[in-house]
Amino acid sequence: MAIGETIRNSQIWKSIFRHPMPLDRRNRIVVMLTNFFLHLHPVSIKKQGIALSFTWCMGGVTFFLFLVETVTGVLLMFYYRPTLEWAYNDILALRDVTSLGILRELHRWGAHAMVITTWLHMYRVFLTGSYKPPREFNWVVGVILLLLTLLLSFTGYLLPWDQLAIWAITVGSNMARATPILGYEGPGQQLLTIGGIDLITDGSDARFGLLGARFVGEETLNRFYVLHCIAIPLAVALLLAIHFWRVRKDGGISGPL
Amino acid sequence: MHSSGFFLKDVAGFLGGYYAFMAVMNGVAALLLWQKKRNVWAVTWAVFAGAMMVLASLALSASPAFVPALPSGARSLVNSLSGPVLYTLGTTVLLGVLFVFRKFFVQPMVAWTILNVMLVLMGLSMADENFAAIVMKPDNVPIVGLVFLLAFFTWVATKQAVVNDERIAQGLPPMEKVNDEKVLVWPDLVYTELICMVGVSAFLLFWAIFLPAPLEEPASSVKTPNPSKAPWYFLGLQEMLVYFDPWYAGVVLPSLVVFGLMAMPYLDFNKKGNGYYSIEERKFSYLVYQFGFFELWITLIILGTFLRGPNWNFFGPFEYWTPYKVEVLNNVDLPQMFWVNLLDRPLPRAPQGAGVLSQIGFVLLREAPGLVLLGAYLVLLPPLLAVTVFRGFFAKMGFVRYMVMVSLMLLMLTLPIKMILRWTFNLRYLVSIPEFSLNF
Repeated sequence: MAIGETIRNSQIWKSIFRHPMPLDRRNRIVVMLTNFFLHLHPVSIKKQGIALSFTWCMGGVTFFLFLVETVTGVLLMFYYRPTLEWAYNDILALRDVTSLGILRELHRWGAHAMVITTWLHMYRVFLTGSYKPPREFNWVVGVILLLLTLLLSFTGYLLPWDQLAIWAITVGSNMARATPILGYEGPGQQLLTIGGIDLITDGSDARFGLLGARFVGEETLNRFYVLHCIAIPLAVALLLAIHFWRVRKDGGISGPL
Repeated sequence: MHSSGFFLKDVAGFLGGYYAFMAVMNGVAALLLWQKKRNVWAVTWAVFAGAMMVLASLALSASPAFVPALPSGARSLVNSLSGPVLYTLGTTVLLGVLFVFRKFFVQPMVAWTILNVMLVLMGLSMADENFAAIVMKPDNVPIVGLVFLLAFFTWVATKQAVVNDERIAQGLPPMEKVNDEKVLVWPDLVYTELICMVGVSAFLLFWAIFLPAPLEEPASSVKTPNPSKAPWYFLGLQEMLVYFDPWYAGVVLPSLVVFGLMAMPYLDFNKKGNGYYSIEERKFSYLVYQFGFFELWITLIILGTFLRGPNWNFFGPFEYWTPYKVEVLNNVDLPQMFWVNLLDRPLPRAPQGAGVLSQIGFVLLREAPGLVLLGAYLVLLPPLLAVTVFRGFFAKMGFVRYMVMVSLMLLMLTLPIKMILRWTFNLRYLVSIPEFSLNF
C-alpha cells in the first residue's frame, strides 16, 4: 500500500496522470476529460445505451480487432517479404521457425472475425433504426468502412502466395475484367476506340489497374502488399476517427427520443 | 464414400469434446432453471445433458458402430433432395415462418430447443466424412460461427422487438426508454469494454492455438484448382455468376449494394423506430433489409461455400465432391425461345455487307422481346407502382427519392426473378448481345 502511495505521489506519475485515481465521483468525471484515450467517451451515458443486449458491443469489438490486426500486422511485416522468391517461404517459416508461431493465425482469424463483427455491428445499427436522422451520414461512413474492411481482407488474402491465395484473388479480380466500358471483356468496351485503336485492352483495363499486370503475379503481390499494409489502413484510420467523432456529435449512442 | 475408421479416429476427440460441451451447457441451463423453480424444464435439460454425455462417450469410442451419426439412408435422402431450387425456396420458407411466428420462436425455451437441435444435427453430420471435409476447412470455420452468431443475435434483437411492439400497442414506451437513467462512463462502460477486450483476446488466442491458418501448396499459375473460389465473404457474388454475367453479378450488383446501403437513411422517411428494437413500426424497411441480408447475401454465401463443388456444380451436404459430376446445360436465350421456338423463324440477322446502323437495327430487332420486357420492368413498373401499392410512399417521398428507391428495389429483385426464370424456363439470357459483350 505504501509503495503504491509513493508511486502515485511521485512527480513522474503525476506528470502522466493529471488527476488522482478515479475512486470518487469527481475524479471519475475528471478522468474521462483529461485522459487522451478515454476522452472519446462522454462522461455519463444512458444506462440502456451501454446494455449489452442493446449494443452487442460489436462496434467496439470491431475496433479492437482492428487494433489487434494492426499490431500483429506490424509484427508480421518484420518477417515477411512480398516477393515471389520469399513470400511463401516466409509464411512457412512463420509457422515452423518463429517462436510463438501463432502470429499469422491471430492475424488471419482476427481478420475473419473482423468481417463478421462488422456485419453484426451494421445489423444491430439497422435493427435499432440508429441510421435515422441525425445519424444518416455516420451510417454512410460506416458503409465505406465495411467496404474497406472487405478490401483489407481481400488484399491480405493474396500475401501467403499459396494456391488458395492466388486463385481466390484471380477469381475475385476476374470480375474487374467485365467492368462496363472499362474492362476489356465488359459490355461497351468497344466504344473507347480512337482511329480504330482500342483504348481498353487486357493491358490497360480496370483489371490491369488492380493487378498491375495481365495476371496475378509479382506486380500484384507488391501492389496488394502496399494497399494492405499502408493505403487502406490509413484510410480506415481516418474514417474511424470521423466515425467515432460523429457518434459523439450526432448525439451519442442512439436511444428512443 | 462411407466413413472410414481413419476418419473417425481423427474426429472422435473433437466430437467427444463437442458433446461434452453441450452436456455442460445444458447442465448449467438446468441448474439456473432449477434455481428459478422452473422444475419441468430443469429436469428436461438435465436429462438432455445426460444424453449428451452418453453421445460424448460413444463418439470417443471412434468405432463406426458407435459414433453417433445420421443413418446413411437419411444422408442419401438429403443429398438426393437438395439442389439450388429446394435450398433457396427452403431457406425462404424457413425465414418466413420464423418471422411470422416470431412471438413463439423468441421464447427462451423454444430458442434453446432450436439451438440444441441445430447443435445435435451439426454433431451428427460431422461424423460424415464428406460433410466434415468441407466444414472443417479452416477458412470455412468462420462461416459456421457466423451462422450461429447470426441466429443468436437475431434472437436477441427479435425478442426485444416483440416486447417493445407489444408495449407500443398498449401505448407504453419501448423498454429502452424505461431504463434511461444516466450512469458514469467510468466505471460502468470502461469496465465493460475492458472485459470485452479480454474476452475477445482470449477467444482469438484459443482459436489461433487450436486451428492452424490454412497454407496450401506454393502458388502455381498453371495448376488451376477445381473449384476455384473467391474468399468466403465474396462467395455470394460468385454464386450470382450462375445467373448473370460478370459485368452485372460482379461489378454492377455489388456497386448497387454499396450505393443502396448508403442511400438507405435518405430513403427511409419513417421517423419511428429510431433508437430501439421494433419490427411493427417499420415493417417495410425491416423486411427489405432482412431479405437482402439473409436471402441475397448470407444464404448465397453458405450455398457458395458448402454446397458448390468442382465446376461449381451443386453437391448435397453429405455428397463427395467428385470433379466428374456432369450436369446437363440446356439453357436457352430468350430470342431463341421467341423467334425460333415460338414463331418458328430463324433469328433476325443483318444481310451480308450491311452497314453498321443496319446491323445494330437487326440486333435490336433480334433482342426486341428481352428489351421490351426489361424496359417495361424498369420504366413502366415504377409509375405503375406509384399509383397503386406505393401510392403512400410516392406522396411522402417525392419523385426523385421514390424513383431511386423503386429502381434499387427492382434491380435487387432481378436476382431472385432471374433465378426463378432459370429454374422454370431454363432461361439463360433475357438479352444477349455478344457483339457488345452485353448479356443480361
